[in-house]
Amino acid sequence: MSELSINPGIEIRDSQRELDRFRRRLAILGFFVLTLFGLLLLRFFYLQVIQHGHYSTLAEANRISILPIAPHRGIIVDRNGVMLAHNYSAYTLEITPSKVQNIEDTIDALSTIVEITPRDRRRFRKLLEESKRFESLPIRSRLSDEEIARFAVHRYRFPGVEAKARLFRQYPQGEMFSHVVGHIGRINQREVEKLEGDGRLANYRGSDYIGKTGLEQSYEKFLHGTTGVEEVEVDSGGRAVRTLSRTPPVSGNNLVLNLDAKLQEIAYNAFGDRRGALVAIDPATGGILAFVSKPGFDPNLFVDGIDPQSWSELNGSPDKPLLNRANAGTYPPGSTFKPFMALAALFYSKRSPQQVISDPGYFMFGGHRFRDGRPVPLGAVDMHRSIVVSSDVYYYSLANELGIDPIARFMTLFGFGSRTGIDIAGEAAGVLPSTEWKMRRFSKPEQKKWYAGETISVGIGQGYNNYTPLQLASATATLANDGVMFRPHIVNYIEDIRTRDKTPIEPKPLRDLGLKPEHIKVVKEAMVGVNKEGTGARVFAGAPYVSAGKTGTAQVIAIKQGEKYVESRVAERHRDHAWFIVYAPAEKPSIAIAVIAENSGFGARAAAPIARQVLDYHLLGKLPNQPAETD
Amino acid sequence: MPFTLRRLYRFMTQHIDGILLCGVLLLMFTGLLVLLSASNGNYTRVSGQLMNMLVALGVMWLFANIPPHYLMRMALPLFVLGCGLLLGVALFGDIVNGARRWLDIGITRIQPSELMKIALPLMLAWYFNRNEASLKLRNYVIAALLLAIPVGLIVRQPDLGTALLITASGGYLIFLAGLSWRVITTLIVAGLASLPFLWSALHDYQRQRVMTLLDPTGDPLGTGYHTIQSTIAVGSGGLLGKGWMNGTQTHLDFIPERTTDFIFAVYAEEFGLLGNAVLLVLYLFLIGRAMVITANAPTLFSRLLAGSITLTFFTYAFVNIGMVSGILPVVGVPLPLVSYGGTSLVSICLGFGILMSINTHKKLVQT
Repeated sequence: MSELSINPGIEIRDSQRELDRFRRRLAILGFFVLTLFGLLLLRFFYLQVIQHGHYSTLAEANRISILPIAPHRGIIVDRNGVMLAHNYSAYTLEITPSKVQNIEDTIDALSTIVEITPRDRRRFRKLLEESKRFESLPIRSRLSDEEIARFAVHRYRFPGVEAKARLFRQYPQGEMFSHVVGHIGRINQREVEKLEGDGRLANYRGSDYIGKTGLEQSYEKFLHGTTGVEEVEVDSGGRAVRTLSRTPPVSGNNLVLNLDAKLQEIAYNAFGDRRGALVAIDPATGGILAFVSKPGFDPNLFVDGIDPQSWSELNGSPDKPLLNRANAGTYPPGSTFKPFMALAALFYSKRSPQQVISDPGYFMFGGHRFRDGRPVPLGAVDMHRSIVVSSDVYYYSLANELGIDPIARFMTLFGFGSRTGIDIAGEAAGVLPSTEWKMRRFSKPEQKKWYAGETISVGIGQGYNNYTPLQLASATATLANDGVMFRPHIVNYIEDIRTRDKTPIEPKPLRDLGLKPEHIKVVKEAMVGVNKEGTGARVFAGAPYVSAGKTGTAQVIAIKQGEKYVESRVAERHRDHAWFIVYAPAEKPSIAIAVIAENSGFGARAAAPIARQVLDYHLLGKLPNQPAETD
Repeated sequence: MPFTLRRLYRFMTQHIDGILLCGVLLLMFTGLLVLLSASNGNYTRVSGQLMNMLVALGVMWLFANIPPHYLMRMALPLFVLGCGLLLGVALFGDIVNGARRWLDIGITRIQPSELMKIALPLMLAWYFNRNEASLKLRNYVIAALLLAIPVGLIVRQPDLGTALLITASGGYLIFLAGLSWRVITTLIVAGLASLPFLWSALHDYQRQRVMTLLDPTGDPLGTGYHTIQSTIAVGSGGLLGKGWMNGTQTHLDFIPERTTDFIFAVYAEEFGLLGNAVLLVLYLFLIGRAMVITANAPTLFSRLLAGSITLTFFTYAFVNIGMVSGILPVVGVPLPLVSYGGTSLVSICLGFGILMSINTHKKLVQT
């Protein structure tokens, strides 16, 4: 009101002109609206009158349905062609819930014709909860010919139930490869959203399955293949009558692995009843030769949706069979850390190989006595002997001299505390302790500070140290390969099934650590000494090849000052983990291994014999006749 | 107590425009009818939509009772808030289906581009109103920049459909504010010349949608499937349609998203050309009434705002119907007042509430 009252004469004249112009423009837009709506009417006229016959034919008389044809999933074989994952064709009995009056009654009636176990019912009920009602869900798979024939006779009684020929995924090697090959499973809502986001959802029309873990997941893009399209005429009931055109699907690519299935089997069985992990790497390429996590599980259970009972058994087991210990389990490395500590000493010129340290059986720091477990003190120890007999005092004092951050900087080179980038998902990074790590890790100020006393036990691979067996194997392979590090990879090449083209997963040198050859020589010779005359000598007695190893024992619980660790008195789950790292042949290594046997005590006794069996097969072709004994 | 009842009636209706309300209710009723068929007689879906409609009508009533000058005061803060939230989305937004559109504000996730649909016309109308006395080319340039900020942020999410609609609402407003024909011609020529560059800036899936429109058979399993099936549905409907609940395309699951973005395919299949014409007439009726309100709005602010709301409503309807009948690319735009979904219902009814407010408060100001 008040704004309008200033200079009213001009305002009114002006705004009348403005208003006229506005109304002209509005009229133009009105005309625009009418034109576009007219365009729509023309389009309707074209579609609904002129082309009506054409579209009626499409929709009414012979509805054309565009059906996806799912491609064959690529197979997975080991380096020698041993089958690890393949497909087979079989009949399933499937129910479309939206077309069935009463599902329970239908299943009861079906069970009089074909066998339906309580497990099938449980699995079906779970599928029912997870799926849309118009999806066709399997109640029984792998029907025999006789069962198919019987169902065919009674088919008229079961609207909404169909027998379908389907391709099934099978893992013939079962639990041995459960963590590395992984498994497929039915596509869930989250995966649908992800596929949609990537623009890959169209290619999954007709596919019920997708890789869930392991190689099946990480190489999903290559394994899945391209979905084909079939244009069919369907009658008013939706049944296909005639095929009009067909674009065949393109099968997925095959994976050929670096893994040696026999080696994997030997390693898996060598553990006996023990839990643990073993990773074997070809140092010259980073190719993974064996990748064991024990215990495993039967991946075939997951393919068609696991029934709740089997799931809770696997998920609730204290042995954690679903955990991939090889790349997701982290453990303190124990004394297997020492060769790398020795290299760090040489790298920083803190100690010469000849320098002798006195080992009185303990190391005093800040009024605290860091012990060496052995009954008789070692006395004078140089670098070679410190590794061969595994002196703790040598490395307590070394860690103290180096300081935590230089140790961390050096160990980063070997990949400790960071993911290796292996070609399956779920890798843990572990913990490489440093002052910066502790700042990030803890929230309370008094916890954020790094105490010098904490450095001491890091020297012998205890303390905050926590690494995956894969990291330790990779570090061992890097040492064996004179400081040139490769990214570990499981797949050797991807094979196009039609053209037979091979796409190799190229060995990818990550970095040359730039270590001096004379430094590496000292440590390597000491590791040869371990297996010749040191802690590994008993297990490797009589081996016709020269190997280089290091034993380790990782504490699970802390032992109080003045107390002694007595294995028989400690609960099984609290016993020490046994470690062993090794590569062979020493002069030209073709394999590097890291083994951990959980709660099995000394590395020399529990882990080294497993490695020996693996090496014997790899280098000599010798088959063991029983699990590796606890020596 | 007739006295209080009359007061209550007056309180409820004094800012409601009967003609607009009538059009809105007719379209909503049509929507429920089609939804019942599209959802295969699923009453929970229909009653859910009924709830949405009640909420939307409540919002309409609320905004009809807010005088325009209050809205004017809200323009700048709302716009700044909207831009801030969009910036937040760009920096910290959650990614759903490959697009970064949602912002988690602790309690719930919001889609700030929805807010922009109303905040932008408010802002531009406020801006032109403020500079009413002397509108120069400079003002139009600034208005265009104000439009470009949110649109740029939304294109980056990427959400091309919403970006286009907001551009349209701002474009209509600038046109109505009297941008000179010479500039408009220049812009059209420049726009056509820059099409190739625009093409190269699109995301792969956006390009694919345009390509699919030109040749739907090129991608029959993916985006082309929608267009192929909805065109068949519309075409097979014929002159009079197959009858309510009798659409074969609908009931044999051939039409995707048939309760939301593609609900028009269901309608066209079951009610035919005649039904389509009736629907267009209903929309024209609403748009016509809204244009009359616009033409008689008292201030520049209310004129521009009303014009923008009216034309944006038209654009929704045109883009949706055009997409279902295969003359526009598939963009996620619902059929206004008919498609299932609460968000779009509320924002459309909010717009109509503002129109009613503009129409009814005018009298109060003049007396």
